[in-house]
Amino acid sequence: MKSISSLFFKDIVVEWRNKEAVSSMFMFGVLTLVIFSYAFDPSGTDRSLLTPGILWISFTFAGIIGLNRSLAMEIDNECIQGLLLAPLSRGELYLGKVASNFAFMMIAELLMMPPFVVLNNLTFSFQIIEIIGVAVLGTLGFVSVGTILSMISAHTRMKEVILAVLQIPLTIPVILTSVAATGQILANETEGISYALMMLAGFSIVYLTASYLLFEYVVED
Amino acid sequence: MGKRILGISSVVLMIVALYLIFVYAGVDAAQGEPFRIFYFHVPVLLLSYLSAILLGSACIMFLYNAEAKWDRAGAVAAELGLVFGGTGLISGMMWAKPIWGKYWVWWDVRLNLQLILVLTFAAYLMLRAYLPNQEKRATLSCVFGLLALVNVPFNWLAIYFVPTLQHPKPVVSPGGGGTDPDMAIAFTCSLIAWCLTYSYLFSTRLAVAQVEQEVEYLEQVVRAS
Repeated sequence: MKSISSLFFKDIVVEWRNKEAVSSMFMFGVLTLVIFSYAFDPSGTDRSLLTPGILWISFTFAGIIGLNRSLAMEIDNECIQGLLLAPLSRGELYLGKVASNFAFMMIAELLMMPPFVVLNNLTFSFQIIEIIGVAVLGTLGFVSVGTILSMISAHTRMKEVILAVLQIPLTIPVILTSVAATGQILANETEGISYALMMLAGFSIVYLTASYLLFEYVVED
Repeated sequence: MGKRILGISSVVLMIVALYLIFVYAGVDAAQGEPFRIFYFHVPVLLLSYLSAILLGSACIMFLYNAEAKWDRAGAVAAELGLVFGGTGLISGMMWAKPIWGKYWVWWDVRLNLQLILVLTFAAYLMLRAYLPNQEKRATLSCVFGLLALVNVPFNWLAIYFVPTLQHPKPVVSPGGGGTDPDMAIAFTCSLIAWCLTYSYLFSTRLAVAQVEQEVEYLEQVVRAS
């Protein structure tokens, strides 16, 4: 546990000094929100049907940007060798990376919420807090798959493209469920939403376990 | 020799199946001519599910004993899965246009699961294509294959959150159903023909994959010397 937290704080310190991950994810996410606001008629009556999808498309794209950067940072300066030599198991390395990726993505998503509310003419109400709750579960699922996939794609040529190609098919269940849950919250029909939340939590647990066990095959050198 | 017999018999049986489908079997009362697509659509999709199972087991076997043959088998299963799954999707759309009035519907569970399956096969093959090192390629693609295998139940669950309507019932059900005997014969013949074609393609592609791997190895030796 101590090794995971020190790995986590290492990433936080690096991020605090250069602020690259959160700022790039935030900018990219906001730009996606803006493009969608222009692409779909803002005054249209069906707008409320689109908003959950717009939010999660922005989260997905921003998340892929962040995941790409999180390992590029380690690989560019051969820092990964140092991490592999450090006295911690491969699984702990994975969990530490999940923790920092989750934190950065969550911060970027929180920063993206006000522009989302404003651009889609929603109100700052308790609903937004509920959506953030869904985002916590959805992001954990997204990051639990994404961290191991970003490590896999780091070995390939054209890493950035390959990560997106691997990440999107595997996170379709997370995105579909999160969009459905967000839509339910926005429509004030939250009955039965617990199935969606349980499914998101189950996805995270299963993928955290599977990746924890499989990570040693991915980083062996 | 065995492979040649397999190839010839699959061609012969495919011709017989075509005759049975288009001439022998009667027109479906409810759906008319478009129903004939099902004689191809169902076997092809069943074989794409088989590919997924083969890919999953090959990945498990490779991580268990790291023999290169399992890696090759997984790659071949994924290629055939992409081809058969893609064919199944296209034939499904050809059927859906006259019957449902649309090529694509978002409420149908099986259609969308099939799309995700095809995308996953494509992602697996993309990953392999971009990994230059042979050993790395084998291990990493197997890890991805396993992660994708874990994904299947979640896809089921996720798609059930979207309101769904009924997919046409499976043509061959365990109880036999009320299928017309002529249709059943045509369907069985088509299924066997496709299974033979699949095994012929699988064994041929597997042999080619082995040669490819040897060539790759020899290239490395030549370059090193």
